[in-house]
Amino acid sequence: MSLAETELDDPVVSNDDAVPKGKEQRLVTLVKRHSVVVRVTHWITVLCLTMLLMSGLQIFNARPQLDFGIKTDFDHPPAVIDSDELDGKARGYVRIGDHRFDTTGVLGLSEFEGKPTERAFPSWATLPGEQDLGTGRAIHFVFAWLFVANGLVYLVWGFATRHFRRDFLPSRAQWRHVGGEILDHARLRFARGEQARQYNAIQKMTYFAVAFVLLPLLVLAGWAMSPGLDAAFPFLLHVFGGRQTARSIHFLAAFGVVLFVVVHVALVLLSGLFNNMRSMVTGWYDIGQERDIHG
Amino acid sequence: MVDRPTTRRALLARGATVLGALALAGCENVTDNPLVKEVLGGVGGLNRKVQEAMLGPEQLAQEYELSDVSTTFYANGSTDPDDKHYQAMAANGFKAYKLVVDGLVERPIELTMAELRAMPSRTQITRHDCVEGWSCIGQWTGTPLQAVLDRAGVKPTAQYVVFHCFDTMDDGDPSGPTPFYGSIDLLAARHPQTILAYDKGGKPLEVKYGAPLRLRVERQLGYKMTKYIKRIQLMSDFKDVGEGKGGYWEDTGYQWYAGI
Repeated sequence: MSLAETELDDPVVSNDDAVPKGKEQRLVTLVKRHSVVVRVTHWITVLCLTMLLMSGLQIFNARPQLDFGIKTDFDHPPAVIDSDELDGKARGYVRIGDHRFDTTGVLGLSEFEGKPTERAFPSWATLPGEQDLGTGRAIHFVFAWLFVANGLVYLVWGFATRHFRRDFLPSRAQWRHVGGEILDHARLRFARGEQARQYNAIQKMTYFAVAFVLLPLLVLAGWAMSPGLDAAFPFLLHVFGGRQTARSIHFLAAFGVVLFVVVHVALVLLSGLFNNMRSMVTGWYDIGQERDIHG
Repeated sequence: MVDRPTTRRALLARGATVLGALALAGCENVTDNPLVKEVLGGVGGLNRKVQEAMLGPEQLAQEYELSDVSTTFYANGSTDPDDKHYQAMAANGFKAYKLVVDGLVERPIELTMAELRAMPSRTQITRHDCVEGWSCIGQWTGTPLQAVLDRAGVKPTAQYVVFHCFDTMDDGDPSGPTPFYGSIDLLAARHPQTILAYDKGGKPLEVKYGAPLRLRVERQLGYKMTKYIKRIQLMSDFKDVGEGKGGYWEDTGYQWYAGI
């Protein structure tokens, strides 16, 4: 791999001021991993996605079913969160197609202010906690605007500085070794030393997919639910094949973002919480030492 | 009596409990904070400004085919007004109904259903998008609101069209049920697809859909489309109507602009 490809500045080697005291026996190689734009936009994105997810679940609770096409099927929706009674006992359930899952206590029926309450997503997952569609929508719009503005800053900066080209597209060498990398990932063997100077191919492809496919899809599907934007940009409806399909894609893409965040946070924990957090807060990342034997 | 914490650990634990409770209370009441209220209340205005900049005044909402029409068109909100006068009119096919148009107009007018039906009409098959997330397709026929406004003559000081309705919402208010009302601006009122609908699917509106006359505002959500219209009042602002937010649903917390 060629060093010229990496965005990283000159490494700061141990015994420098930047090295925490008491760790002199281990070679610490701090490199500047994240620019200030990446760090600031990352944490604004974290805030926005949290608020958007929780207010989005509040909005979803007003009609907890998913449909496809141009209109809603009230009689037999493809997927629904609901509640019913069996032998006088209330139960919450999720039905997808003909498959029914008992979700009492979490989905369909959950405790609210000490009482079992019929609501699709539980109070702890929605914003506001009580059923309040108007406030939920207002929160959703505020953070949607912030998310889009923040995303535009990030995209413009990323293209202008060639950040995406450098850090989101795997190099030829990386493509050649992508098989071994998947195995390393599966064994939770994280890159160290020179190899840790840049994102590996899986990281690059994942960040590319999230930044250029998943999140834009989520935003476009959200816009396609707006009757005003549908009138202004009729292609929104045509692209998704109807407002209800757009609504379902919006929900499923949000679910995709949650899955990404779960894996992302798990890998942050497994590959060194302190080092990763330091790099996303201060920019400095310790690439560590090469393993003696690779493989 | 409360035990006095004696050890440092007990003191710390108590402090943490108090801080935790404060944080929780803060979360609960954060929407009462004036700044938060202003931001949450202002975002609807931003949505409106941006959408109006994008939308041409005549740009139409998508229209559909007859085969797309929903077999079950969901009816929510009021579906059967309690008003005795309304019920008497409904029993008699709304022959005694008169739409009142007044406020900031040159000539206040009253229109019977026969007079409204004799005016130019528009039929459209459109998608009804509810704020809750569902959509239904329906065929509507009615008088363009523009034609009714032109007949009364809108004064230059008028900014909003306020719809007063026969139905009330019983929301547990001790002073009794709340009269339903709504409002749109003149831009929405003059849009070609904005009609006072009297037919659905080629037949006079059923009571649950807002008989004898209901509003269609196709570039906005369903909660703007008042049913059971009694009176149309042209106003320069709506701060003295209801609780002043421009509609029953707006008074309960929905955004006034419902293009999204």
